[in-house]
Amino acid sequence: MEIARHWRLQRHRYALVGEVCNHCGVKIFPARDVCPECNAPAKTPYTFSGKGEVYSYSTVHHPPEGFEHFAPYVVALVRLVEGPLVAAQLTDVEGEKIEIGMPVEMVTRKLRDDGSKGTIVYGYKFRPVIGGRTSLGAGEG
Amino acid sequence: MRDVSIIGIGQTPVGEHWERSLKELAGDAIQAAIKDAQIERVDVLYVGNMCSGTLNGQEHLGALISDWVGLRGVEAVKIEAACGSGAAALRLGYVAVAGELADFVVVAGVEKMTDRPGEQVTAALAMASDGDFEAQNGLSFVALNALLMRRYMHEYGVPHRDFAPFAINAHKNAIGNPCALFPHAVTAEDFCAAKMIADPVNLLDSSPVCDGAAAVVLCPTEIARQFNARPVRIRASSAATDTIALHDRRDLLGLEGASLSASKAYGQAKVTPKDIDLFELHDAFTIMSVLSLEACGFAERGRGVRLGTQGDIAIGGQIPITTMGGLKARGHPVGATGIYQVIEVALQLREQAGANQVRNARLGMAQNIGGSGATVVTTILEAVE
Repeated sequence: MEIARHWRLQRHRYALVGEVCNHCGVKIFPARDVCPECNAPAKTPYTFSGKGEVYSYSTVHHPPEGFEHFAPYVVALVRLVEGPLVAAQLTDVEGEKIEIGMPVEMVTRKLRDDGSKGTIVYGYKFRPVIGGRTSLGAGEG
Repeated sequence: MRDVSIIGIGQTPVGEHWERSLKELAGDAIQAAIKDAQIERVDVLYVGNMCSGTLNGQEHLGALISDWVGLRGVEAVKIEAACGSGAAALRLGYVAVAGELADFVVVAGVEKMTDRPGEQVTAALAMASDGDFEAQNGLSFVALNALLMRRYMHEYGVPHRDFAPFAINAHKNAIGNPCALFPHAVTAEDFCAAKMIADPVNLLDSSPVCDGAAAVVLCPTEIARQFNARPVRIRASSAATDTIALHDRRDLLGLEGASLSASKAYGQAKVTPKDIDLFELHDAFTIMSVLSLEACGFAERGRGVRLGTQGDIAIGGQIPITTMGGLKARGHPVGATGIYQVIEVALQLREQAGANQVRNARLGMAQNIGGSGATVVTTILEAVE
């Protein structure tokens, strides 16, 4: 069930909210209390654009409990245009069509459900950008 | 600080032990190790284990197992660091003896995985990763290794079949190990045709789910010979960490925790990789073997696979690995693995490895990894002349 846990993670999952370090300026996702680059406290929320590209990927044929009826599904590390890597599922695409460097964008999808009386957990997944490429660096500067 | 040696070893066969419980397996290994060491007193028992809470409905293993094995009253506690639990427990045993807080320490590792269906085991193992941002997004532990392997193949232009020698070598060596789960050969054709788990990781890239327990007895080196004619001295013991999540790594393929842990161990032992006669590495997946060899200084970045394709990893090669089957073919009962590795190095240094004996083995290294490189414990062992 873990309702409080999912509630705590809502902003991260629904809006891709991480942090920006006020000291060194690095963008951080997922949020953490201490900047991984300069060790300064990191508390300022930052909303990511949701744009990025595939850094690595895999099709999961043997899922963990709770994900059985999604299998096979594709997971990936996505390099966001703002810098961080994110671990997420890819959606709206077949495993054979994916390649490293493919531009993707965040969408909100069902992550899992815990049966007819349990909670339904929603969160971010990434899908191929519709109608053309975006390139890394477009969101910077 | 005192010098520390291993004076007793004990291991159960790795397998699907339907008829034996977690505490019975641990008890078998501990009794064998105490018998091998011929000690009459135990000061501390450390138990390495990862999944007893989720898979066996049992925590509090220190009290459970000390009571079961006839050590009622001793200090006893469970140590957990995912798949690195066994060596993490060994590390604390080493600290206790080296720091003169205890003279006789038993360190056991135990895991009982086959009581539960596969999806539950997969979910339990995924707890080694970042729960909120990896496991909750559906990334299995195999999938994390698949992400590493795909990126490695992409960056260095390595085809999947080049990883085959790591599985073939492990299976070949398991034939000479009476405790191995898979004592049979596999071929390159078998490797290429194996069932996909999370592509590009297939069944023969992966270590198996299984049960097992292993234990060692530690004491100060200065009294070790009173108990065992062939004690094995711990020349170095080191532990290091990296980010728990892959997405937080500065260098995804660098395995910085392994690099840091190994360099600390080399420093303590005052040796270099060239001095190591055999290396029991953490081959939970073929990609982890390759990344470990690179991180520990046995190969340059992107060239670890060549140690496989050139035959350097075989017994008799430049740097023999998984000499008794490794995680792949001896088996990977996760919390016990770190102790199995150290026992196998000890058998080599005691010249008791039978058909798998590495000739003139004086210095052996074991490296046990928790998660996808987040906890790394390195142990360098030496035959006492």
